[in-house]
Amino acid sequence: MIELSHLGRRYLLGDSEVNALDDINLSIAAGEYVSLMGPSGSGKSTLLNMLGLLDRPTTGVYRLENRDTQNLDELERARLRRERIGFVFQSFHLLPRLSAFDNVALPLMLAGISAGERQSKVQQALAAVGLMDRAQHRPNQLSGGQRQRVAIARATVMHPALLLADEPTGNLDSRSGAEVIELLETLNASGITLIVVTHDPNMGSRARRRIVLRDGRVTEDVYQDAAK
Amino acid sequence: MRIADLTRFTLNSLLAERQRSALTMLAIAIGIAAVVLLTGLGSGLQRYLVSQFTQFGTHLIAITPGKANTTGFSISAIDTQRPLTLPDAQSLLDIPGIEAMTPVVSGQLSAEFAGKSRRTLAFGIGPQAPTVWGMPLARGQFLPADDLIAPRPVVLLGNTLARSLFDNVNPLGEKMRIGGMSFRVIGVLEAKGQMLGFDIDDAAYIPAALSLQLFNREGLMEIDVLYNENETSSSVVKRLSRRMIERHGAEDFTVQSQDQMLASLGKILDVLTFAVGALGGIALLTGGVGILTLMSIAVAERRGEIGLLTALGAPPNFVLQLFLGEAVILGALGGLLGVGIGLAGLGLLHLAIPALPFAPRMDYLLIAEALALLIGLVAGVWPAMKAARLDPIEALREE
Ligand SMILES: Nc1ncnc2c1ncn2[C@@H]1O[C@H](COP(=O)(O)OP(=O)(O)OP(=O)(O)O)[C@@H](O)[C@H]1O
Ligand SMILES: [Mg+2]
Repeated sequence: MIELSHLGRRYLLGDSEVNALDDINLSIAAGEYVSLMGPSGSGKSTLLNMLGLLDRPTTGVYRLENRDTQNLDELERARLRRERIGFVFQSFHLLPRLSAFDNVALPLMLAGISAGERQSKVQQALAAVGLMDRAQHRPNQLSGGQRQRVAIARATVMHPALLLADEPTGNLDSRSGAEVIELLETLNASGITLIVVTHDPNMGSRARRRIVLRDGRVTEDVYQDAAK
Repeated sequence: MRIADLTRFTLNSLLAERQRSALTMLAIAIGIAAVVLLTGLGSGLQRYLVSQFTQFGTHLIAITPGKANTTGFSISAIDTQRPLTLPDAQSLLDIPGIEAMTPVVSGQLSAEFAGKSRRTLAFGIGPQAPTVWGMPLARGQFLPADDLIAPRPVVLLGNTLARSLFDNVNPLGEKMRIGGMSFRVIGVLEAKGQMLGFDIDDAAYIPAALSLQLFNREGLMEIDVLYNENETSSSVVKRLSRRMIERHGAEDFTVQSQDQMLASLGKILDVLTFAVGALGGIALLTGGVGILTLMSIAVAERRGEIGLLTALGAPPNFVLQLFLGEAVILGALGGLLGVGIGLAGLGLLHLAIPALPFAPRMDYLLIAEALALLIGLVAGVWPAMKAARLDPIEALREE
């Protein structure tokens, strides 16, 4: 599903260079559950944004579903983000003026799907995160955990192949954090490739594969028994 | 995204900041209202003046002393110019195409009858004045076709003057004094109404020669000529000029036909209307700056949304279109609001001053609305470009 070879991302800060990602070689198969760990500034978010086609590598190759992403134009990349990739952010990024329903409907709207067709898809997605009864609530009328579940519904309403979550529980208490993780794992169990950035070792150890970054390099890449 | 969805999404984001959006729209609306109001006033004034000038007929040519400059207004070159005289006027009558002619002198004089006195407008005219100006007679008869130079002292009374000075007495045949000279009343005119705010019914019409004496003037103020409707004004103007140059030896007078005058009046008023509209346009500029400011703030506040839309797979131009659309809608709605306010203002003015036909001009309404749209578009370009150029990763970064 994902193949990275000699992938690098360099930032220029004045005269000095920062290698946010440095010679990353990774292969992630469809349906995997990967936790991405490492200290602050080690390049986790940079890698996730790279995988989500929000960023372009400075060096190396990123192949997504057997296509070299280098040759894709912005329109193609936007289409892949829309149809194949879902994002979950630490701070949810729900639009405050829209109801939960409309927030979830946003990717469908961007894809030009008619209002009639959207109805059932959004309902399904909201049902999957257990928030059918909150469809008409605004984000500020929801708890943090509920907001993140709405965001997950939004990330999955297009049935993407890849779900990228950057510290999805960073703003949540441990209980709703656990709920969110369980929800993500359920989605993974039904086939979606899941990559979660986390600082929490507990959470990191739940994933079947753990990748640790340090200074932009992979320092650890292990398959582990899912600790329950 | 579908157009309907995009529209809903855009309106939704404007509604989310309804107070701010309303204020910005108001700024545009005030500019547009000013344009609509001012141009409405201008064109209303224009219609009013045209109707005033054409109420005496349209096949008229006026000769005035002094050479006119290009704008159509005469500059008196007092030393070189000979006065327009009654013999000058008389001489015009045998020119082909001329139907009738009247000399014109006017001023204020006191009119007295039976111990009552009243200051009134006095017109010195010729016997053909009723033909030239189309003045209908209520009673009696017009000035007799006397010798222009040595006429009998008779007077025609305007309706208002006759009523106020004579009450219930039948003025016909009565003797009265005008400017200290004795006149016999021979006719009363039908009420005609106002002309540029003057009550032309509150006037006395006496032979021009006598009015020259009373006003102590050497020359006429004007000679009005009615020409045959089968003639063109320019050919008659040429003939009149030739005759006058023959008599005066130089072109020390101005011949202007009614249609020329209306044309130059129209030109002046067009310029005026445009200038006044441009003034409103300056107010519009303020509204444009308002939109620019609002949209810049919106872009800064909605960084997260911009990043999110990109992450969700919005096509490359989507963010640009979104913010541009919001700016254009602000402009368009503000414009509509302004047109409404402007029309309401014109309506109120019309109620306040019914005599002036204040009229909105459709073309100016359309131009104003198009302008509002354009201002929205122009003011939106910069903020929208800023939004579109935003790096999504930067925009999504958690604070
Ligand atoms: N726009 C940028 N310009 C310059 N340097 C950047 C930029 N974005 C990231 N970096 C650098 O790249 C490195 C990796 O950043 P990244 O955000 O990926 O870290 P992270 O592992 O996600 O950290 P955290 O756990 O704090 O979120 C850091 O050293 C950071 O300073
Ligand atoms: Mg990070």
